[in-house]
Amino acid sequence: MTVSIEEKASFEFKGRMLMATVLYLKDLDSRSLHQQISQRLEDAAQWLLDAPVVVDVAHPEEASQVELLTAVDTLRGLGVNLVALARHPELDDQVAAMLGLGSINLANGRDVARSEPPARTGNSKSAPAAAEDTLVVEQPVRSGQQVYARGDLIVLAPVSTGAELLAEGNIHIYNTLRGRALAGVRGNEAARIFCQDLDAELVSIAGHYRVAEDLPDAYRRKPVQMSLDGDAMCFADLMGKS
Amino acid sequence: MTKIVVVTSGKGGVGKTTTSAALATGLAMRGHKTTVIDFDVGLRNLDLIMGCERRVVYDLVNVINGDANLKQGLIKDKRVENLFILPASQTRDKDALTQEGVEKVLNGLRDMEMEYVICDSPAGIEKGALMAAYFADEAIVVTNPEVSSVRDSDRILGILSSKTRKAEQGEGDIPARLLLTRYSPERVDRGEMLSVGDVQEILAVDLLGVIPESQAVLNASNSGAPVILDLESDAGLAYADAVARFIGEERPHRFLTAAKKGLFGRLFGG
Repeated sequence: MTVSIEEKASFEFKGRMLMATVLYLKDLDSRSLHQQISQRLEDAAQWLLDAPVVVDVAHPEEASQVELLTAVDTLRGLGVNLVALARHPELDDQVAAMLGLGSINLANGRDVARSEPPARTGNSKSAPAAAEDTLVVEQPVRSGQQVYARGDLIVLAPVSTGAELLAEGNIHIYNTLRGRALAGVRGNEAARIFCQDLDAELVSIAGHYRVAEDLPDAYRRKPVQMSLDGDAMCFADLMGKS
Repeated sequence: MTKIVVVTSGKGGVGKTTTSAALATGLAMRGHKTTVIDFDVGLRNLDLIMGCERRVVYDLVNVINGDANLKQGLIKDKRVENLFILPASQTRDKDALTQEGVEKVLNGLRDMEMEYVICDSPAGIEKGALMAAYFADEAIVVTNPEVSSVRDSDRILGILSSKTRKAEQGEGDIPARLLLTRYSPERVDRGEMLSVGDVQEILAVDLLGVIPESQAVLNASNSGAPVILDLESDAGLAYADAVARFIGEERPHRFLTAAKKGLFGRLFGG
């Protein structure tokens, strides 16, 4: 038998889950950015200063480096805690390094690059996603698992506490939702969440979210659809007329 | 054909080692040649439960590293024919486990024509647990009827569906079944514990068995005799049922409802 001598390691790797806010920049004009963000910060959004923020650019193919630099400078000047840039083919880790930021692949290992910018036709009520982007999941989504759909997401099995559903379009759950469901993650405010049995930790549409504690009791453990009306999340009985 | 079974849970202290020992012993008692491997490198326990702690010479890591061959590492059980134990190393940590090393050990057991290899996983979702599960053909998820254990089991079920060799090779999920341990129908009735139905609804997997909370389990651990050898105890019988179901027999679930106290029980508070 061999004798092993344990050495004290001076470091260790720790995998930790980290909540970060994604700041989705629809355009890079630093003046309007400054004005709108400073106003938003005044409106009590202290979390924006505390949370690590990942910058995602809506139109990476149109973003010039100068625009990016000024936008990042503007945000830093306002005290936003920028940590990384969302990776796109045009915005790789070299661009991020030039901005003094890390580079993060936002879509959990998937290629987030899209050939066309997301449709944002303000008054259209339908989800922007094409039908072929619909993802159907038949297996239970377990705690710690994350499912990302570039269009609509349909789940036929239970979604456990600690699991996370993300979709750029709508989310349908024909079972119990105990985890998190985030629809319209790229800013589509027309996205909806449909679920057969609402017992969620968190639901969110286009960044407007409700945690379990804030879910209306009348809709708990019921078939519910959720949609946005302005900044407010609306709940409706899925079986009744909404 | 060797079947590799991982006994796992995520959470610690729910009864993985007790279950591994009982399952392996039960299979061997039915004449199936079985090896039970302790993957909890650094926190060796299985040898105590199996009552062979005084006969450990080599361990899993020794065999992986080639310090000993597989036959030297295996400890033959004294009570039951066809039963072998491969203990964990106490002086190493989980990093000593390598995928190639584990595969080599499992192939060696295949060559010895083991029918079942039971891999007793450590708690957690780190390397030891992943190594124990990687080559599995089937999984048994041990859960206590309380929320944190159920959530951890759910996490493990998710990991099993993506981090096994079969999953990586696109052969799909390995079959996973639930074993609910430390079940106390009285406490379920009082609302202090989740019921079998609650747990099954959350985890959405087949139920292999329900093991009642029992003093016999503690006694068995202390005496180093797997509880399945104690067929006078409810836990021993419940494990025997679970083993029968495991190899495909139909057995109704029992010990799910609180025993009604008889007149004497009520009089003396039994």
